Amino acid sequence: MCNNLTAKERLAIDRVHMPELDAELRSRNFEEVNQGLAREEAVREAQRCIQCKTRPCVEGCPVGVSIPEFIDALAAEKLPKAARILQGDNALPAVCGRVCPQESQCEARCVRGVKGEAVAIGYLERFVADWAMTNADKLRSEPLPTGTGKKVAVVGCGPAGLTAAGELARKGHTVTIFEALHDTGGVLRYGIPEFRLPKEIIDVEVDRLLALGVEIECNVIIGKTMTLDQLREQFDAVFIANGAGLPVMLNMPGENLKGVYSANEFLTRVNLMEAGCNPNSPTPIIKGNSVAVIGGGNTAMDCVRTARRLGAERAMIIYRRSEAEMPARIEEIRHAKEEGVEFVMLTAPLEIIGDDKGWTAALSCEKMELGQSDESGRRKPVPVANSRYEVPVDVVVNAIGTRSNPLLTATAPDLALNKWGNIVSDEQGATSIPGVFAGGDIVRGGATVILAMGDGKQAAAAIHGFLSGAA
Amino acid sequence: MFEVISNDILAPNLHRMVIRAPRIAPVRRPGQFVIVRVGRGDERIPLTIGDADPAVGTITLFIQAIGASTRKIVAIPAGGSILDVAGPLGKPTHLANWKRVACIGGGVGTAVLFPLVKALAATESQITTIIGGRSSQYVILADELAALSETLLITTEDGSLGRKGFVTAELSELIADPLRTPDAVFAIGPVPMMRAIAELTRPHGIETIVSLNPIMIDGTGMCGGCRVVVDGESKFACVDGPEFDGHLVDFAGLSDRLTTYRDQEAALCHAANECKLTTGVAHV
Ligand SMILES: Cc1cc2nc3c(=O)[nH]c(=O)nc-3n(C[C@H](O)[C@H](O)[C@H](O)COP(=O)(O)OP(=O)(O)OC[C@H]3O[C@@H](n4cnc5c(N)ncnc54)[C@H](O)[C@@H]3O)c2cc1C
Ligand SMILES: Cc1cc2nc3c(=O)[nH]c(=O)nc-3n(C[C@H](O)[C@H](O)[C@H](O)COP(=O)(O)OP(=O)(O)OC[C@H]3O[C@@H](n4cnc5c(N)ncnc54)[C@H](O)[C@@H]3O)c2cc1C
Ligand code: SF4
Ligand code: SF4
Ligand code: FES
Ligand SMILES: [Mg+2]
Repeated sequence: MCNNLTAKERLAIDRVHMPELDAELRSRNFEEVNQGLAREEAVREAQRCIQCKTRPCVEGCPVGVSIPEFIDALAAEKLPKAARILQGDNALPAVCGRVCPQESQCEARCVRGVKGEAVAIGYLERFVADWAMTNADKLRSEPLPTGTGKKVAVVGCGPAGLTAAGELARKGHTVTIFEALHDTGGVLRYGIPEFRLPKEIIDVEVDRLLALGVEIECNVIIGKTMTLDQLREQFDAVFIANGAGLPVMLNMPGENLKGVYSANEFLTRVNLMEAGCNPNSPTPIIKGNSVAVIGGGNTAMDCVRTARRLGAERAMIIYRRSEAEMPARIEEIRHAKEEGVEFVMLTAPLEIIGDDKGWTAALSCEKMELGQSDESGRRKPVPVANSRYEVPVDVVVNAIGTRSNPLLTATAPDLALNKWGNIVSDEQGATSIPGVFAGGDIVRGGATVILAMGDGKQAAAAIHGFLSGAA
Repeated sequence: MFEVISNDILAPNLHRMVIRAPRIAPVRRPGQFVIVRVGRGDERIPLTIGDADPAVGTITLFIQAIGASTRKIVAIPAGGSILDVAGPLGKPTHLANWKRVACIGGGVGTAVLFPLVKALAATESQITTIIGGRSSQYVILADELAALSETLLITTEDGSLGRKGFVTAELSELIADPLRTPDAVFAIGPVPMMRAIAELTRPHGIETIVSLNPIMIDGTGMCGGCRVVVDGESKFACVDGPEFDGHLVDFAGLSDRLTTYRDQEAALCHAANECKLTTGVAHV
């Protein structure tokens, strides 16, 4: 194929379709749904990009990936070059290509989307990243930087922590990541399921960091095993990226019945502990035949699709507003529907009803309608009179949201927090304590992988500046 | 990797294991626990830190082999290792200036009680320790606890050691004797035992602290699976506890939630084909 196409020829190409596993089959297994583009498909899709001089797509990307440049290299089939460009801008491209809400970020700004369909930037990013993973030998290995002798502690091994660690190690600093759980990845591993983000990808990315000399110590809970003050004594700077992993409870009757889970518990059991998906796992889970998932975000979609895969005949999303207001990625919503998930919209749960043995038996709900717009501009759902009804269910998953976990911050009284318990930091990630930086969900509340990574990158630059100045 | 330094059998299916955990040993306080995962793919299991030696960086665990995962833990010989040990988790025991304290342990709860009695012994409080078991061979740590307490009382269900009956009988007598009535009671053991003790002390208004053992995964407040209702409010035992005011705990709710996975646990135990019928002794 050649890349010397005219604009007209480029415009004539239709957007590629991502090959997917058959919906019926995949709704019963944990294999990755999106199969990835074949090389010819990827190159052809890359040729749809008209290489806008103003690069609007780049502005839509929170980390400013050099989109036209990597796509141009791909269109010309210069894969090593494409990979280098991408990896230079984005520490976890194989992850972002899969989980970024592209439709509201890079692809939302693509000029080709104005009159037709945007260039499939996410699919292309994934293609190049996957190619780079299987063709590491064709890429020059990164030169190890000379050590600066400065030590940085990173708290939390999610996307923000991983990104910051990589950036800092490349600058020659000695980095140790402390992670509370027994494994790496944060939400990428315990939250986002295998069928969207295979664990293997996290492993490869983590191995790349280890090769750079980053040390990862799991089973260390900052605020319990060590305090922030101890880290400050032992390290020259600290980056806090401990996420927002505290479930918000429903606070409704029946919440403590057997069969009622928070999304974090449900997903952790399955993703981190392999309950229900690996027959040899000793960690149990109640699978449920009729499952109600409360919420409308990515987390809710992950839970409901997981419930289907665990065998639920009926798996429902219960959401107070209408589908248009759902914060989940459009692709996840479509996939969920194809997999037989029922979308029960404009419905609010009131109570979980148990049987005489303490097991979940039904969800009592009421219908809602959209009323006046609230401050956020979204129309506020209001109950419809006398619309209460019951849905029989044996498992209920609460996916209404998470807050910041106070374990670390409770033992660091000098660290300024906002009223929700999130750490306050400036644009560069600097907190109220000199030498202590923070980013990702612990600062933003539940946000996105790419925003967390952007914070990690930003803070790493600021930490580097801090360490260089202090030298 | 966390090296197993020693592993002794104290009673049938009850082991004392000393594990090298240099980060945890110096900072742990009485009342706290760790989460242990033997190897890849294994379950995360909460266990109380029974004792620690900060100088050498070891912690002691007392483990009752009750199901598939605890059996796997106790099977690790000295010299072997455990992949993950995370902690110390939970709030440390709150110690006040009590004049007289009764510390009551049932089954493996006696082991969980041990660090607490040790901590109390360093205060001015007079300690009466009451421990119970099914029969003499299930009574553990009697010598160690006797050395730390002013009085040690033992009960067994079959009368093979100490008084025949339950720990509650001894406690009733203590309470009835104005010279010995405790200002505070610590009760650690099976849920029905803790519940019975809380009911016994309630009319007398004696402060009663229990240590709860709901099902946990992360132990850091992330999953909410360990929630228990205390004073009408959901609390996460791994971060808000595990010790709570026994007069405010919804024991019925706790007991019920502990049965959530009973069928799956039984199947696993059966599959491992090594579960001699010792379960149900100390756990309900
Ligand atoms: C189910 C689910 C699906 C999602 N889907 C998407 C999606 O499709 N696209 C998208 O962009 N975003 C998605 N998100 C959001 C995204 O995953 C998060 O915004 C992102 O992971 C935040 O990264 P982080 O590094 O700040 O924190 P996390 O990923 O939460 O990582 C924090 C890490 O710190 C550890 N930690 C916590 N406390 C301590 C402590 N005291 N000491 C040591 N370590 C500690 C945690 O165990 C964890 O490993 C999803 C979130 C969930 C829950
Ligand atoms: C804070 C805390 C401290 C504890 N300290 C000790 C201790 O010092 N020594 C000791 O022997 N035991 C202790 N336990 C109990 C111990 O964790 C359980 O006995 C163990 O998890 C059982 O696992 P299993 O797979 O061997 O048995 P299973 O057959 O799977 O379960 C047997 C019973 O144990 C309980 N259980 C199962 N899984 C868990 C879990 N993940 N978390 C908590 N309980 C569970 C349930 O009631 C279950 O019915 C403690 C529990 C908690 C919460
Ligand atoms: S990182 Fe995310 S937002 Fe940025 S270009 Fe890639 S897919 Fe788009
Ligand atoms: S906006 Fe779209 S067409 Fe233009 S450079 Fe970016 S990806 Fe290519
Ligand atoms: S064990 Fe998960 S919140 Fe307590
Ligand atoms: Mg078990």
